[in-house]
Amino acid sequence: MARNAGRDEGGTTREPVVELRDVSKAFGPVQALTDVSLRLVPGQVHCLAGENGAGKSTLIRVLTGALRRDSGAYEIDGEPVTAPTPASVRAAGVQAVYQELSLLPHLSVAENLFMGRLPARSGIITRSRLRGRTREALDEVGLTDLSPDAIVERLPAATRQLVEIAKVLTADSVKAIVFDEPTTALTEAESARLLEHILRLRERGIAMLYVTHRLEEMFEIGDRVTVLRDGGLSESGPISDYDEDRLITAMVGREISSLYPESHRHAGTPVLRVRGLRRSENSPSIDFDVGAGEILGIGGLLGSGRSELLLSIFGADPIAAGELEIEGRPVKPRGPRAMMNAGVGLLTEDRKVLGLLPELSIRENVTIASLRSGSRRGLLPGREQSEEADRLLDSLRLRAGSYDQPVSTLSGGNQQKVLLARWLLTKPKILIFDEPTKGIDVGAKGELYAVIGDLAAKGLGIIVVSSYLPELLGLSDRILVLRDGEVAGELPGTASEEDVLRLASGGRGAEIPAPRQESPPSPNRTGAGLPPASRGAEPETPPARGAGGPSASGGKETGTPPAPGPAEVETPPPRGAGGTSSPGPAETETPPAPDGPGEVNRDG
Amino acid sequence: MDKLIWREPIATTRITGRQPVGEEPQAQAKAKAPRRVITLGDIAGRESGGLVVLLVAVGALTLASDEFLTGNNLSNLARQVAIFGIIAVGQLLVILTAGIDLSVGSVLGLSGASTAQFLVAGVPIWPALLLGVGIGTALGIANGLLVTQAKLPPFIATLGMLGIARGIVLVTTDAQTVQGLPESFQTIANGTILGIPNLLIIAALVTVVMWFVLTRTVFGRYIYAVGSNPESARLAGVPVRLVMISVYAISGLLAGLGGVLLTSRLGAGIPTAGTGFELNAIAACVIGGASLFGAKGSALGAATGALIMGVLNNGGNLLAINAFYLQIAIGVLILVAVGFDQLNTRRSAASG
Repeated sequence: MARNAGRDEGGTTREPVVELRDVSKAFGPVQALTDVSLRLVPGQVHCLAGENGAGKSTLIRVLTGALRRDSGAYEIDGEPVTAPTPASVRAAGVQAVYQELSLLPHLSVAENLFMGRLPARSGIITRSRLRGRTREALDEVGLTDLSPDAIVERLPAATRQLVEIAKVLTADSVKAIVFDEPTTALTEAESARLLEHILRLRERGIAMLYVTHRLEEMFEIGDRVTVLRDGGLSESGPISDYDEDRLITAMVGREISSLYPESHRHAGTPVLRVRGLRRSENSPSIDFDVGAGEILGIGGLLGSGRSELLLSIFGADPIAAGELEIEGRPVKPRGPRAMMNAGVGLLTEDRKVLGLLPELSIRENVTIASLRSGSRRGLLPGREQSEEADRLLDSLRLRAGSYDQPVSTLSGGNQQKVLLARWLLTKPKILIFDEPTKGIDVGAKGELYAVIGDLAAKGLGIIVVSSYLPELLGLSDRILVLRDGEVAGELPGTASEEDVLRLASGGRGAEIPAPRQESPPSPNRTGAGLPPASRGAEPETPPARGAGGPSASGGKETGTPPAPGPAEVETPPPRGAGGTSSPGPAETETPPAPDGPGEVNRDG
Repeated sequence: MDKLIWREPIATTRITGRQPVGEEPQAQAKAKAPRRVITLGDIAGRESGGLVVLLVAVGALTLASDEFLTGNNLSNLARQVAIFGIIAVGQLLVILTAGIDLSVGSVLGLSGASTAQFLVAGVPIWPALLLGVGIGTALGIANGLLVTQAKLPPFIATLGMLGIARGIVLVTTDAQTVQGLPESFQTIANGTILGIPNLLIIAALVTVVMWFVLTRTVFGRYIYAVGSNPESARLAGVPVRLVMISVYAISGLLAGLGGVLLTSRLGAGIPTAGTGFELNAIAACVIGGASLFGAKGSALGAATGALIMGVLNNGGNLLAINAFYLQIAIGVLILVAVGFDQLNTRRSAASG
């Protein structure tokens, strides 16, 4: 009967390699999964969609053996799986690539790939065999330049993700692979490359379950899609039956007319002026303004120094030189506290590492930044402040049982709302968002966009950094593109994705593919090392210097009116496909040489 | 738990202002509040387990020994526990920041012996006492600087201080007991007010003050924030370094106070006093519900933990149980306390 069902639903005569039927799972009183069925067929990419909290993670954890299902059937290759454990499921051929990388950062690539089954003779590792087998595995995923002895910690996120996939492929039996948001940490170009690999795996006849928040990825590589909503099966069918709107409707159970807020705002007087900001003595200097009521987007490839720039402005990273003015008053970014008092708030990219206080309650997390201002003689502020915090959380529609529960029990979108409430409570003039919707579901994304739009409408200066181009373009009134730690140019909010990509990659053709492995050696968090590091990568990307030179000198002059911006949008990009679907062509395109310096357009 | 609230499909709304948009959610919250069953854990927090153990131990000892509930024994018990309690509370602050202070025993020894030397040298009681406490505080600040400025792991920084402080006492005292302390100094720790031992009053005072600091002050909340995630705390404007230094300073201060009180109680400065106290203080915190990963624990819990260990020791003496068995019992107690806590965490994580 499983066979018949396979024909009906899958539209293929192939037998499913993995099948879940009517699986349910409850955590205490909360029903996380209700009668969900899923079948993975060899040579198919099956997408799993759903908002955060819809039960995707639970389903994946049931599938990989991390959780025991309460009821329902689980079969691998037609064999019922009764008591799955992660090890037994893996041995049966179901592998998983996780969003949060499972590599051991201090060990080498080779050791990571074969951890647990290192080739050894009487307990002594046979290095040559280890290296040889690692070489094969890395070549398989296209990491031909990567040394097996490279330390994982020093690799950029995209490379690590590929190493992760290589690790999965070294398993003895690979019948099905679960990808849990593998592109979250990657830029567009890197994602595209990863998707290519997934397609190649599909040709090898591997069944794949692909989980992502990026809808267009599903349409790009998916064959079938299963949508979960509130722990139950919402819809399932061939991806060709869907378009973006229908998929979103299936996920959220309602229509979302437009994700992004309307942007007919008028930038007021500058609330933030940055002049000659240098992170270290040799790093390029950066100038820009943010007007009141304006959303400034900052784009750029991973490792272009976006997060580092934000941290510097917020005083969290030391700077070598530069002047900051907030509402016309000069401010020294001596530390987060000084900037906070000056009216700046920063929502960091990595909420877990650089935002939340997991052991503290939701309310305590919200008030932590405002305790000082609300306190009298060192005592905790009274009820007034916590009521204001509650009101903020209510107005942000935080979904929680109680504001006294630990913040770690919330989903990503709700955690982001808690952090937003934290900063709103400080009554900021400038709010900085670093990848505001990373790992957040569509519904919460829409809410966050609306909130960001409203905050700007209320006269706050907003800075948004995002690797997700539709978001960057949809939100921003103006976009600053960074490259190698300096401003490569500025675009109006109406620019296209290609415009941003072209500026971000320096308008040079073959630059993106090769250096993806080496060029951004410290992806994000390593802070101080960034500009010198990208400097070090420059020799292999000589055109960057050519394009970067003029813009750096342009940085010192001010007062170029933003006129050239629109004109440049008009230039029809020669690229056929959009950045999302395939930056591939962009990579091989010959650089439109005059564009580079021509695009440089700075705010006075 | 209410499924509706857990995942209600919500309309995309806009933030319209600070004023009550959310009367409805508030009403919901209010409606929900009375449904909660109040448990011991709600009242006493994480130390509720410790309180139960304490009550059981006290009850059992009352039944098993006629002497336990006599005033004499109780004041004896109070004197034994008080100094432990004071150190444990200081240790707790450090543990809350996910640090550890291994130097408290040695600092206690150094402060105590130095105070004795000052007194013998003719320094008046109060200045000598303040000097003793000051030495403890200074060493605590040194610990804090080592951790925050030199970026040493707390374990290493305070392990070094453990050796240094002990070495200094042994050098300055020549490993000899310092005797001949004024009578009035000895009454500080041995006296009573209205029949209550001074030591107990001081320990209770320290506990209450620290409880107040941790639950009612901004500084207290900052301690938990630093212990939860120092980087996040820094980016939220918490002066992380200052908090860390203060925490070690307070731990040192309380260790110094403990040293002065111990010297007063014994009537002599003993260079080896306080050896091994650091481990007892850590044990008391852990039994009282503190997590060595930080951000979990309370002052009352640490005091309860110290009391449990004191009661067990006292009861063992009364019942003439071999002291070595008591050590085993306390070891088991630590494992059980932490084991239960792990179990609870896992269970609430699974249901949450």
